[in-house]
Amino acid sequence: MIVGRNMFFNFVTKEFKHIFRDVRTLLLVLVMPIIQLLIFGFVISADIKNASFAVLDYSHDVQSNKLVQRLTASGYFKLMGYLKNENDIEKAFRNGDAKLVLIIGEDLATKLERERSAYYQIITDASDPNTASILAGYAQSVIYAFVAENYSSYLRLMPVEIESRMLYNEEMSSAFMFVPGTMVLILMLVTAMMTSISITREKEMGTMEVLLISPLKPWHIVLGKVLPYIGIAFTNVLVIIFMGYTVFHLPLRGNLLLLLALCSLFIILALSLGIFISTVASSQALAMFMSMFALMLPTILLSGFIFPIENMPKVLQWLSLIMPPRWFLSALKTIMIKGQGLMYTINEVLVMLGMAIMFIILSIKKFKVRLE
Amino acid sequence: MIKTIEVDKLTKKFGSFTAVDNISFSVSSGEILGLLGANGAGKTTTIKMLCGLLAPTSGKIKVAGYNAYLQAEQIRTRIGYMSQKFSLYNDLTVWENIHFFGGVYGLWGKQLKLRAEALIDDFEMRPFMNLTVQSLPPGWRQRIALAVSLVHNPPIILLDEPTSGVDPIARRMFWETIHQISANGTTALVTTHYIDEAEYCNNVLVMVDGKLVAAGQPNELKSLYNSTTMDDVFLSLARNENTKI
Repeated sequence: MIVGRNMFFNFVTKEFKHIFRDVRTLLLVLVMPIIQLLIFGFVISADIKNASFAVLDYSHDVQSNKLVQRLTASGYFKLMGYLKNENDIEKAFRNGDAKLVLIIGEDLATKLERERSAYYQIITDASDPNTASILAGYAQSVIYAFVAENYSSYLRLMPVEIESRMLYNEEMSSAFMFVPGTMVLILMLVTAMMTSISITREKEMGTMEVLLISPLKPWHIVLGKVLPYIGIAFTNVLVIIFMGYTVFHLPLRGNLLLLLALCSLFIILALSLGIFISTVASSQALAMFMSMFALMLPTILLSGFIFPIENMPKVLQWLSLIMPPRWFLSALKTIMIKGQGLMYTINEVLVMLGMAIMFIILSIKKFKVRLE
Repeated sequence: MIKTIEVDKLTKKFGSFTAVDNISFSVSSGEILGLLGANGAGKTTTIKMLCGLLAPTSGKIKVAGYNAYLQAEQIRTRIGYMSQKFSLYNDLTVWENIHFFGGVYGLWGKQLKLRAEALIDDFEMRPFMNLTVQSLPPGWRQRIALAVSLVHNPPIILLDEPTSGVDPIARRMFWETIHQISANGTTALVTTHYIDEAEYCNNVLVMVDGKLVAAGQPNELKSLYNSTTMDDVFLSLARNENTKI
């Protein structure tokens, strides 16, 4: 029916006008994703450079000097100075002068040569546990390399050579974590939150009543309202993938079409969630509040974006099972970074499909009830 | 006279609260019927049932010969509705609002353009047709909302508190416009809590606490209750209801 199609086109045009006429909305949906990606990429980087460290050196010989120089030259550390005695260690941490203190036992050079073992200790400031363990790891590996280089010829320090490889992310780049994570966050924001707000806005303004008594069917109204956001969300997906690839050197190992299909599925899921929220919330403020607490916080905390799900208490692990972003993030990483096909993400895809259908059915029911 | 709206023993309950209590009335084509009452008297609930937005608990409603709620589809193209809340898009221009709602009612292309032009001229909106609605004074916004409710040439218009929050001069202009529209045979059902506006109507219904307490022409009611103004009529009616309780 030509008239029907025109009615629909009319609706979508109007919706785009709302978005493009409000500078704040436009910034929120098109500019903010890019800024957020850059912030996550450059500011909250998990890669550590120039961490301050102090040394408590009991040997003061050639080798201990070399070791300190070696640490400084690694690029990970910056020497803040030498400590006089053990009491200074606490002070250095308290003042925030050092993130790591290296204690070198007496007679390092002699002991290494004669006894083939030496005493050293690494102390880190674990008020930030993630950074502390990363720093300890870095220092450890620098020291191993130093010992191996200087004494391997006549010192069998490492009879078994352990070589660990970080599969799929050899350089330990944090881009692998935040690019998919930011994508989830932005799709949630642009689709779920924006649609729920834009539908409740019509309720609040009274235009929804006028639309409901018009010949338009409820699904015309809902589809007309969400279609522009599908377009915008998909644009965001393309921008994020492109920026991840060019700016952050995130490889695209999987099938691009499969990746885009997966993103589309998640967009539909987030939209149905947004529509569901709009049927429950009576005002824009409430819709915003619900989106924030029901969507954004769980996306950040429980999806595995920042905190690994495996480390959570059992109750939170179960809770994460009902969080849509968790499934998307997992599938996204499998396809994008591991380069696997559909078969390896079938669980995630089915769960997301089921969730989307559930929210759509709930929304339809709720919508009808509201009209009674 | 053809009856365009017929309401028979209409009741709406929300839980234990009866919002509309067994009311019956009818409206002829070309008539302006005023539905008067204080806030919470059941005016909006009545009008929402007429639109098919609410299902009645009991009773019958016929609008343009169709059963409201059961045949809502047929009624939709035959009524124009102004919601109690302001019902235009503030960030769109006058022209865009008319165009959008015209499109909603299936008008398009040349037909839509002609209709929109006609409304712009009828309502003298040409000087500001390209301004956004939010930049216009409230009186004008209500006029535009009325114009928009007429975009599909409906034989019946249901206006819910169209003059609330509008200054007296703009209210007077608004009622003049309603008279012009009804002169062309359009039926208008208008709710208001400004009792003096009853004078603008052919017939009035007075609702108190969901019940219909008086009905008739303004002059009839005034002589019946020995009053010189509709305000006095309304006050004596409201007092009677309260003393009953």
